[in-house]
Amino acid sequence: MPTVEYKGKTFEVDEDGFLQGGLDAWCMEWVEYVKEQEGIQELTEEHWKVIKVLQDYFKKNGVAPMVRILSKVTGYPLKKIYELFPSGPGKGACKMAGLPKPTGCV
Amino acid sequence: MAEIKKHDTPMVDELKGGPWPSFVDDIYSYAEKHQKQACFDLMGQLELSYKHKETHWKHGGIVGVFGYGGGVIGRYSDQQEQFPAIWAFHTIRVNQPASKWYHTSALRKLCEIWDHRGSGMLNTHGSTGDLVLLGTVTEQLEPIFFDLTHQMNMDLGGSGSNLRTPSCCVGKARCEWSCLDTQALCYDLTMTYQDELHRPAFPYKFKFKISGCPNDCVAAIARADLSIIGTWIDDIRIDQEAVRAYVGGELKPNAGAHSDRDWGPFDIKKEVIDLCPTQCMHWDEKEKKLYINNKECNRCMHCINVMPEALRPGTDTGATILMGAKAPILEGAQLSTVIVPFMRLEPPYDNLKELIEKTWDFWMENGKNRERLGELIQRIGLNRFIVDILGLKPIPQHVREPRANPYVFWKEEEVEGGWDRDVAEFRKRHPA
Ligand code: HEM
Ligand code: HEM
Ligand code: SF4
Ligand code: SF4
Repeated sequence: MPTVEYKGKTFEVDEDGFLQGGLDAWCMEWVEYVKEQEGIQELTEEHWKVIKVLQDYFKKNGVAPMVRILSKVTGYPLKKIYELFPSGPGKGACKMAGLPKPTGCV
Repeated sequence: MAEIKKHDTPMVDELKGGPWPSFVDDIYSYAEKHQKQACFDLMGQLELSYKHKETHWKHGGIVGVFGYGGGVIGRYSDQQEQFPAIWAFHTIRVNQPASKWYHTSALRKLCEIWDHRGSGMLNTHGSTGDLVLLGTVTEQLEPIFFDLTHQMNMDLGGSGSNLRTPSCCVGKARCEWSCLDTQALCYDLTMTYQDELHRPAFPYKFKFKISGCPNDCVAAIARADLSIIGTWIDDIRIDQEAVRAYVGGELKPNAGAHSDRDWGPFDIKKEVIDLCPTQCMHWDEKEKKLYINNKECNRCMHCINVMPEALRPGTDTGATILMGAKAPILEGAQLSTVIVPFMRLEPPYDNLKELIEKTWDFWMENGKNRERLGELIQRIGLNRFIVDILGLKPIPQHVREPRANPYVFWKEEEVEGGWDRDVAEFRKRHPA
């Protein structure tokens, strides 16, 4: 597994840049690091709301929420989520939130 | 440029023999000409897979371009030290033109971009329809996307839980049987639903396919959640003169499709009349005239396929709309089932789009995670889907045969007295 160094922290990531240690390894530096990679200028409260919802849902259910549920709980339509996270809810928001990589026929 | 490293590939090399075009020959000759390490490494890894009888690609892969949630299939080798040039080997789906007509200038330009930024290898085309660019690295994805959109005016195709790239048969472009302008419809639906194609918002994948007639050359009935298949509702057009030419042997049956074997002289009774599935045809030997009872014809295309110069579909045309086809996972394979037996289809296709959007609204709200439309219909029942969700009238054409079991659900309002019953009332008449 490759590792990345960022602001004094070391993270184990896979080739797609998803955090290996999961939520245990997740921290502010990780968010800052992904922010740069994912084309996000400034983290707003709206970004944080999406991240929080993803993490809470994952802790409770052990899976990432379906897109529709994410939209319903945050109140953000899909378009808005792409404005916040240009790579979308999977590659953008889930990665930043420290959730495991989406699988299936992508 | 770094030194090119070639691998020994004895098993792969055996596939250069034989008469069929060899993908091995193609890849090696391209690799030699362009000195592409990725091609040599791919063949090397393939040899290893032949030896181990196991794939050497890692699980999954999440890559893409900003703004889109799909279009690129990420892939990484699990033998990265041995085959560094395919360390990453992502596949890009490019949305193809309807029915895949190209001008060489477009393909040349696309090849230039791909020679420069990718492995040079293609799949023309993926089974869903996309022009598939096979193998590049993550850093090249955005530049390729930029070149495609800015230089080529081309966009990515779909992947993930969304609308996948629609495709259609050759249609009116060069088939006399097409009851629809399949290309116009395919293009219109693709453009109308760009958002649904590029940003996954569905419980699972969803596919459109459009065939101009029931021969179904794009296999819509088997490979699309929403299958649109052209048909007609008036009479088959008969040119009796041409029918006689078939009977007399001047015209070849099936346009000569069976001429590599001697099947004897054409026998209209044996090859058409007796094979008509509804037995609605009659050949009058004395009159030398063909009769079709069109009311009983199910438009199977057989007679038209056999005598294309004598018989043609009617002129009052449209399509049958079917839904639900899918591969076996999870609940078993399905072909699409008839939802609307006949729908006229003219731009801007509002009637079809209304049906599509009603279906999506319901499936998006009620579909379980990774549940195809066909499975949702199975779960809630065809009757409920057609009547309650789509607001259509149930008609005999919706079923091949009526149900054989008596587990029939009634709605409460259909039953006199409703469901609220008092057992004490019952006991007055039937003491315990
Ligand atoms: C890592 C997993 C997978 C990868 C990389 C993958 C890749 C692909 C590709 C490249 C195509 C051709 C696309 C095109 O023509 O544009 C395709 C088509 C298809 N995939 Fe997958 N796939 C995966 C998983 C699955 C799964 C799990 C299913 C079924 C549950 C599935 C069902 C299909 C079907 C039915 C088609 C053909 C559709 C048609 O005939 O039009 N795939 N897939
Ligand atoms: C405690 C519950 C049940 C008892 C004691 C029971 C008893 C019976 C008996 C004695 C027969 C006649 C068998 C014969 O004469 O050969 C029968 C037939 C039948 N039972 Fe049940 N049954 C029960 C539950 C069910 C359930 C839950 C279903 C359906 C889901 C069911 C469906 C049928 C059917 C369809 C027949 C007719 C079979 C035939 O005529 O060929 N039964 N049952
Ligand atoms: S599906 Fe029918 S209309 Fe389309 S190309 Fe095939 S035969 Fe022609
Ligand atoms: S189209 Fe089929 S059903 Fe109709 S007349 Fe011809 S063979 Fe018979």
